[in-house]
Amino acid sequence: MSTTTALENLVNQPYKHGFVTEIESDVAPKGLSEDTIRLISAKKKEPQWLLEFRLNAYRHWLTMAEPAWPNVKYPKIDFQNISYYSAPKPKKLKSMDEVDPELLRTFEKLGVPMNERAALAGVAVDVIFDSVSVATTYKQKLAEVGIIFCSISEAVREHPELVRKYLGSVVPAGDNFYAALNSAVFTDGSFCFIPRGVKCPMELSTYFRINTQDSGQFERTLIVAEEGASVSYLEGCTAPKFDTNQLHAAVVELVALDNADIKYSTVQNWYAGDENGVGGIYNFVTKRGLCKGVNSKISWTQVETGSAITWKYPSCILLGDNSIGEFYSVALTNHHQQADTGTKMVHIGKNTRSTIVSKGISAGRSNNSYRGLVRIGPKAEGARNYSQCDSMLIGSKCGANTFPYIQVHNNTAKVEHEATTSKIGEDQLFYFQQRGIGNEEAVSMIINGFCKEVFQQLPMEFAVEATKLLGLKLEGSVG
Amino acid sequence: MINANAKKLLEVRGLKATVAGVEILKGINLTVRAGEVHAVMGPNGSGKSTFAKALAGHPAYTVTGGEVLLEGKDLFALSPEERARAGVFLGFQYPVEIPGVSNSGFLRLSYNTVQSVRGRDELDPLEFDDFVREKMKLLDMDPGFLDRSVNDGFSGGEKKRNEILQMALLEPKLAILDETDSGLDIDALRVVANGVNGLLKPDNAVVLVTHYQRLLNYIVPDYVHVMEGGRIIKTGGKELALELETRGYDWVVDGYKKSAVTA
Repeated sequence: MSTTTALENLVNQPYKHGFVTEIESDVAPKGLSEDTIRLISAKKKEPQWLLEFRLNAYRHWLTMAEPAWPNVKYPKIDFQNISYYSAPKPKKLKSMDEVDPELLRTFEKLGVPMNERAALAGVAVDVIFDSVSVATTYKQKLAEVGIIFCSISEAVREHPELVRKYLGSVVPAGDNFYAALNSAVFTDGSFCFIPRGVKCPMELSTYFRINTQDSGQFERTLIVAEEGASVSYLEGCTAPKFDTNQLHAAVVELVALDNADIKYSTVQNWYAGDENGVGGIYNFVTKRGLCKGVNSKISWTQVETGSAITWKYPSCILLGDNSIGEFYSVALTNHHQQADTGTKMVHIGKNTRSTIVSKGISAGRSNNSYRGLVRIGPKAEGARNYSQCDSMLIGSKCGANTFPYIQVHNNTAKVEHEATTSKIGEDQLFYFQQRGIGNEEAVSMIINGFCKEVFQQLPMEFAVEATKLLGLKLEGSVG
Repeated sequence: MINANAKKLLEVRGLKATVAGVEILKGINLTVRAGEVHAVMGPNGSGKSTFAKALAGHPAYTVTGGEVLLEGKDLFALSPEERARAGVFLGFQYPVEIPGVSNSGFLRLSYNTVQSVRGRDELDPLEFDDFVREKMKLLDMDPGFLDRSVNDGFSGGEKKRNEILQMALLEPKLAILDETDSGLDIDALRVVANGVNGLLKPDNAVVLVTHYQRLLNYIVPDYVHVMEGGRIIKTGGKELALELETRGYDWVVDGYKKSAVTA
């Protein structure tokens, strides 16, 4: 077997999570209008202010155009051909035993036995299945220290003043085309509130999963850490296999007050389409954190391996003096996948610091772009940024691009940018082979070495999951 | 050490190979028995490195004729990693750099893979660390090098020592060392040569591919072969290397051409 063939076999593994769970869903008719939005809002028994928030966003969205600047290509999306609401039939759940066994089996197939995992690993899992939360664990324990961790719908009912105060405060309803769409039609998501001085005693985790064919999913996540609070939040994503493209446009907002610390980690493995580029998720996500207080810190870590198209720039607005923003990313694309991802670090306060480490891996015929903005505002005395963007190519039909935007308006700032491109070459693989190591293990070892700086940022069990995931994407262990 | 009754480790018969469609090896014959040291010498472009890489199974080289037996079995039926596991070791002329992959992790994976195929115990990271540090002492290597990426930013001498360290770990039956002496200063050459000498056993063999006689002062060959135009055109004892050093290759090549004409 030639090395090229071996490489192609390695990167052409079928999607492991391709199955549909049959759970009765309550699906809204296709199409988007003010009536659809009123329907969603009514179904969720929302207060008037939230309906207004949605309608304002919708009206704004109508005036906006889909962004054309990303380095991705896809057919025009018919927003009237999407169902904007899909919820499992409501059941009253008192314990995990009452969770639909089919759902539990789904999690098992995904390798996420949430009950055991939650208990063993001390992780509270707020499960998002399609768009409505169906199970929440560990809520009691968190409540004892004053932490609120629930679905955003529940938060709207139980803590409306908090949601109203912070929703849209980091990503305004009209921020961009997809954020506006999300603001208009979001159905559920997670809400997390860490009160003043509380260090969250466990890692908070949400497993997202898109399950109903053709239902766009629009999650909304809001995390607020008050003065001196800290939290580590894990988001894991897998989706079953479908032939029609699914739109996913989430919004995540993080708010860190004085001396607060938020760490947000994602492992994303949504269906990427088949090897011919048919199907797959369109992932158009707006994630942004506001370091509102002094000495606050927000750290994004992402491992992006799925989706047909990824359009995502987890960002930090460094408003508070001495605040810190971090972005650690691995983006792997294969077959016909397209990723245009990166970050924005906006330095406003004095002595603000940011670090960007981006690792792009392209295989097959995929296209992988890093796009990042570092902006140093006029008042950001002593601001510093360090960016490192590395690309790795596997095979000769893929592409990698780096689009750094650097805007410095204060001459006391220091900005560094480093970039490298490398290729897993025949000679490297032969070197491994000559030492008895087969191509699969060699590729896995090279990739893990390449991604090391990012994996080190992930919580332990996530790092293991991420390593496995890259393995699945690039090795023959799927069988 | 020549022992006519020793086991044949390698038998090369009429080996032909091409690179990008151009025939480089035009019929090589060579037999290596256990316990022997062979030196393959020859001018630039004679096919020495191609011979070494074709035996190890580099994908850029296509074997177009002849056969090669490793301990009586068809070598070309094996993939490159299977050849390595079966005991064929190639010391690279230009060891590749693998940024991000730690030397210790790489060495351990390689060692344990080969050990498990041979039905021997694998070592856990701590055991391996002790084991590899002992081997490194023999090659006068700084332990800090275990934490560096494989060959990444290594000097020429460090890369070559790393090759011999791998040979020491994997205990090959047949080690083919491709220009291991190039890029080494005298001190490094002595260290590397001593390392190789320490690994010679009655049941293994070494093929040294080299330009210069210099290395052969330290690793004394039983046979010296001269390659030219993709063939071995002359074979002699260690004194042949000295003669090549003083007279160059032309006389051997001329002599071969004349004999080819008369034959």
